Amino acid sequence: MTVADSLPLDSDAAPPGVEEQLDRSDRAALRPPWRQPLALTGGLVILAWIVIAIFAPLLAPDPPNSQFAAPLLAPTHQFVFGTDQLGRDIFSRVLYGARLSLPLAALLVAVSLAIGSLLGAMAGFFGGIVDSVIMRIADLVFAFPGIILALAVAAALGPQLRNAVLAVIVVSWPSYARLARSLVLGARTSEYVTSARLFGSSGWRVLRVELGPNVAGPLLVLATLDVGNAVLLLSGLSFLGLGAQPPTAEWGAMVSAGAQNFNSWWVGLFPGLAILTVVLAFNFIGDALRDILDPRTARMLGK
Amino acid sequence: MSTGTLLEVEDLSVRLRTARGIRLAVDHVSFSIGQGEILGIAGESGSGKTITALSLLGLLPGGSRTTGRVVLDGRDLLTLHRRELRSVRGRQVSMVLQDPMTSLHPLLRIEVQMTEHVRTHLAMSKDQARERALEMLAAVRIPDPEQALASHPHQFSGGMRQRIAIAMALACEPRLIIADEPTTALDVTVQAGILSLLDQLRRERGVSVMIITHDLGVLSSISDRLCVMYGGRIVEHGVTREVLGSPRHPYTNGLMQALPGASGTGVPMRPIGGSPPSLDDMPSGCSFHPRCDYAQVSCSSKVPPLRPIGGGRLLACDPDPLAPDRSEPSSSGAATSVPVPDPLAEQVP
Repeated sequence: MTVADSLPLDSDAAPPGVEEQLDRSDRAALRPPWRQPLALTGGLVILAWIVIAIFAPLLAPDPPNSQFAAPLLAPTHQFVFGTDQLGRDIFSRVLYGARLSLPLAALLVAVSLAIGSLLGAMAGFFGGIVDSVIMRIADLVFAFPGIILALAVAAALGPQLRNAVLAVIVVSWPSYARLARSLVLGARTSEYVTSARLFGSSGWRVLRVELGPNVAGPLLVLATLDVGNAVLLLSGLSFLGLGAQPPTAEWGAMVSAGAQNFNSWWVGLFPGLAILTVVLAFNFIGDALRDILDPRTARMLGK
Repeated sequence: MSTGTLLEVEDLSVRLRTARGIRLAVDHVSFSIGQGEILGIAGESGSGKTITALSLLGLLPGGSRTTGRVVLDGRDLLTLHRRELRSVRGRQVSMVLQDPMTSLHPLLRIEVQMTEHVRTHLAMSKDQARERALEMLAAVRIPDPEQALASHPHQFSGGMRQRIAIAMALACEPRLIIADEPTTALDVTVQAGILSLLDQLRRERGVSVMIITHDLGVLSSISDRLCVMYGGRIVEHGVTREVLGSPRHPYTNGLMQALPGASGTGVPMRPIGGSPPSLDDMPSGCSFHPRCDYAQVSCSSKVPPLRPIGGGRLLACDPDPLAPDRSEPSSSGAATSVPVPDPLAEQVP
């Protein structure tokens, strides 16, 4: 119907195919992800990092915390990324850092997604006081800049990697809650929900069976986009000394060491590049996913 | 046809909370449905038909209050606990909604939608529920039930979707199906198919059906009895043939004359002037009096009671201008000069 509506009215020529009706950007959005160079790059980079994280002990030339070389050696043939102020091989430490950052970021996002979407869906579905309480708390969190609140939480709980993870969860669930709430609100009054109630479904069942599929897609896109953010926040906390503690090989903490040894550019650069590539790759994938799952938004953005 | 009363509604009133306060949307409505009977409820939008139906199953929007009695099988549905009520919905009483384009979930396969409530209500396994779904799809004459189960709603036409919705409603073998404007969103040709399907199901399975519609033409073909509602009240009630053959309430008469089919009798289609009153602005007395051709002064002050007028018919109109003994104009000529069109093509005076 909609395709037919958008067809030109002059019917002299053979009806043009749908393909010709779409302009270039639309077609780019409909392309499978493996034909979109950015998404492809992102995917490959993430894949590479996952492989590195799994096989770090095999790939790294040295254990991450062994100190047998001279401190602050510039990159050489033996130490590809140089050594840090304690004589540890930076290359090995960057590889090992992936074992920490990637799983933690994934865990973080999964937990925030679970908490946020459950609370948000409840708020949207039950409305009234439930809605008010949950969303006011979310607003409270939104009112602070994310990193500041995370800092406060991490500082209050004590500088530990586990507390940093908790802190990031505390600041990141509200965005899921807000999205889930708006999606549920939009679908709640639809006739198929009424119909489900008429067939005797309970509230929870409606939430799970009827509303779940409507909410899942956009939330997953947000989650993918958010993995990069989580990596960044976590590294940020570690950089500020509130996350991973020495001698743990963590990228943020390593960049922090680089900031203290400013003349040895390699100390901070390589872990920084690691963060950059991971965050960028996740953002590429998230963008591509959004275009695929939600072509309407993509078109509205006029890309 | 009917072998006993299935549902007895007594004195049902519904108060809705609107932006401007609490309003009486359904005003002391009583009716009953026999087993295997088709009851029609007719009236314009806003006359309280759908609210009546939803209130039977306790599915009104928040802040509304329902009083009266709704007795199904000796149990008053209005007093049931939430959980008990859930076991009635879909199991004893099912509902088919107006627009099959929106009443089916667009993202779920038909199988998921059709087996969900069967599994909860009848404690069936996945396979049993699937068997049941196939059987029901065949009963509503869906060509390829296996294929249909694996499809999504958008792959079907409107008529097919309404058939699927009816199959869903049938799946737990309910005693009563409430069909809220089941054919309004469909083509006229498809309408006939859906109506004859409902009629067939009633005959084969003994299901009672309550059809809500604004289209008297729909009711004339299948319903046994008929309630005409206006402004939240029942204004005329009786056997469908008799009510439509000789409407006594001016509103029923107006609805009949507004039927396009009436033009076939040579009488031009004649709409009822004005529009139905809103809940916020309900006229005093008989709520139809501002639009009534026969209104008298007393109509605006006194609510006419629903009283028996013989032959099992009930009427809520005090002047009763359309009574047969007044069919020859005595003093007020305007009262009966318009012949009543008859969709059943029985003897036209």
